[in-house]
Amino acid sequence: MTAHAHAAHLETSTGLDNRKVAIWTFIGSECMFFATLISNYLVNKGKSLVGPFPHEPWTSPAGQHFEPIFEIPLVTLGTALLLFSSLFVVLALSGAQRGSRKALIGWLGATIACGVFFAGMQVYEFTHFVHRGLGFTTNLFGSSFYTLTGFHGTHVAIGVLWLATLWVDALRGKLPPAKSLNLEMAALYWHFVDVVWIIIFPVVYLIQ
Amino acid sequence: MATRVLDQPHAHAAAHGEKTGLWSWITTVDHKRIGVLYGATAFIFFLMGGIEALLLRIQLGSPENTFLSPDLYNQLFTMHGTTMIFLAVMPLSAMFFNYLIPLQIGARDVAFPRLNAFSYWVFLLGGLFLNASFLFGAAPDQGWFGYANLTSKQYSPGLNVDFWMLGLQILGIASLAAAVNFFVTIVNMRAPGMTLMRMPMFVWMSLITQVLLLLAFPVITVALILLMYDRFFGSAFFVPSGGGDPLLWQHLFWIFGHPEVYILILPAFGIVSEVLPVFSRKPLFGYAAMVFSGVFIAFLGFGVWSHHMFSTGMGPLADTFFALTTMLIAIPTGVKIFNWIGTMWGGSLQYRTPMLFAIGFIAMFIIGGLSGVMHSSPPADLQQTDTYFVVAHFHYVLFGGSIFGLTAGAYYWWPKMFGRMLNERLGQLHFWLMLIGFNLTFFPMHFVGLHGMPRRVYTYPEGLGFDLMNQIETAGSFVLALAFLVFLVNIFQTWRKPRNAPADPWNGATLEWAIPSPPPEFNFAEIPTVHGRDALWEQKRQRGGPLPEPARVSGAGIHMPNPSYWPLVTAVGILAFFVTLMMLAKIGIWAVIASFALLLLGVYKWAYEPAG
Repeated sequence: MTAHAHAAHLETSTGLDNRKVAIWTFIGSECMFFATLISNYLVNKGKSLVGPFPHEPWTSPAGQHFEPIFEIPLVTLGTALLLFSSLFVVLALSGAQRGSRKALIGWLGATIACGVFFAGMQVYEFTHFVHRGLGFTTNLFGSSFYTLTGFHGTHVAIGVLWLATLWVDALRGKLPPAKSLNLEMAALYWHFVDVVWIIIFPVVYLIQ
Repeated sequence: MATRVLDQPHAHAAAHGEKTGLWSWITTVDHKRIGVLYGATAFIFFLMGGIEALLLRIQLGSPENTFLSPDLYNQLFTMHGTTMIFLAVMPLSAMFFNYLIPLQIGARDVAFPRLNAFSYWVFLLGGLFLNASFLFGAAPDQGWFGYANLTSKQYSPGLNVDFWMLGLQILGIASLAAAVNFFVTIVNMRAPGMTLMRMPMFVWMSLITQVLLLLAFPVITVALILLMYDRFFGSAFFVPSGGGDPLLWQHLFWIFGHPEVYILILPAFGIVSEVLPVFSRKPLFGYAAMVFSGVFIAFLGFGVWSHHMFSTGMGPLADTFFALTTMLIAIPTGVKIFNWIGTMWGGSLQYRTPMLFAIGFIAMFIIGGLSGVMHSSPPADLQQTDTYFVVAHFHYVLFGGSIFGLTAGAYYWWPKMFGRMLNERLGQLHFWLMLIGFNLTFFPMHFVGLHGMPRRVYTYPEGLGFDLMNQIETAGSFVLALAFLVFLVNIFQTWRKPRNAPADPWNGATLEWAIPSPPPEFNFAEIPTVHGRDALWEQKRQRGGPLPEPARVSGAGIHMPNPSYWPLVTAVGILAFFVTLMMLAKIGIWAVIASFALLLLGVYKWAYEPAG
């Protein structure tokens, strides 16, 4: 961006690049976005008029039986991979800063792969839940669950797109150490998306 | 470094001269031009909101009037409120952010010039989208805070609420992008020596406003998303029959809505804090107290939202908490008012137009503040809620506060922005007409409100004691309209005058007065070094007299960002995305995907475009 137009002449007031301050500012704002979504989930918790429910089985008045919706093992795997991807993106950034093209491309690829797996896991999970009787409008649990995890998933998808764009840059040799801030911004965003999931996972899946 | 190249004629100079023509405005990334665009657009929306208000006042001028149908009345009061808040006062503040923040902190532009252009285009398109609802005869009609269940598909099946919720969503994007930009600009692009506690008070209040925007807007974003899901996809977040809770909307809306009122007033606080010292010939009294009271107001602003909801019956504990936090806000606000008065105390006051508006601001804002403290008591509030007393209160703070403050700023910075001085006599006439018209319109509302006249009802029966007061209010609203007519005449007359305003017509204290009027594209030929508060007064003190008129220099060799149209393309992509989403049932998912593709194209072209 244009930060360098000024940076070429004088230092910034904080010594940090404008873009770095901007991404932190944006993340601060995003905290309120997810805080509101998570609050909405908690406010609506236990207020569904009909099942299926997250943790308990449910039999409809018509006699149809529904198992508890959540399946913890799969989402735990997705969570673990998402957490590892935060480590991978740090290694990729280190590679970018050192000018190690191999480390950059390899670790960034691993990060993207984890992100793709997580997003895929969520697509599978959503379809699976719908098959088991939880549509978006079935009950308040369905609406608030799909809204919260859906917006997190959208953030993951945007992160994957961003990282993949940088990965193509790296393959074309257009991500030299001097431009490693491009990756650092995406990495900060990626860590944030991870941290949000660290809150969502226990609040939504684990706490009964 | 810059000065050496400045005097030499350079082949490159033309690139930094005044660019003209429509295309130069469409592709501009200059914060000053974007500021002018914001101001002009917002002023047109302001006039539209004013005309809506006049129509409402005509309807209420006599009992059982049939000038407006109840349905049209609902649309007009909703659009009046929505327009004045989101399309007039907020973007008028954004005009001052844009134009002044870089000048006052000694920078050549904002941190992200293209993002700045993007904010403006999204704001413009969002405002047009919202007003396009009139063309469909389906303007929003549920009130500016859009309470559930009025907004549910069941009770509002038409497009009215769709226009409102998507329009606000679009405008929110503009506000958030601008907030990130100004926050980074103030934090990171101050001239050497401009420490935080040396910043002009307008910059401080702007910084606080950006923080409020950043933290409050995501909440309304989520609330609007939930509403959209309820209306478009059939969820039941705010629908009791599906287990949802209409009160959740009120909480989410006011967690945003209360900080929003400080978003509306803090920039005016900043403007007045610039104007009063200059026309009192005295530094601002209690600078640090002014800074911290601003911070304290913003902090408390997140803890008072439920005072908008006393009538919902939250119980004694919640009522007590929110009553106390609300009363607490009177303390930092009182500190500010005493400091403004302290600034004037013992000064050599010059009653020029900006000063008159600033003093009018203090007086009117005190009245609005006092009625606000009255609302903070739940038993009193239960009598006042949803009556014209509340309408009187928030017009005293929003019009008597924000609009008086913004008008003071307009007169004060007009010569800087356009190189021409507004006519002083017409300015004084504008002030007195506005002060009289404003009080005629809104003061009687206190009385009719306490007598029980409900707001948002299109008429009232004869003989309830409302008739005379309403006649006075309607007459007053036309005096107000006349005041703004005088302002328009002043603007048109001034436009035809030569551009001969000096750089520093008011003997100003801040850096924007150190450079020619209007400023060159690059603002400062040489980035200034700041040695204290009131940087320009400090320079004058050191010199022992007025500074010489700054020369216009070519600016060759100063590196400025390139113009770009990708922010506009991206903004159009966002508008198309929301429009196609609204028409999803009619035109299908592919139109939404195509709009999204346009949005992505804009983002990628923008990201890979050399910034200059």
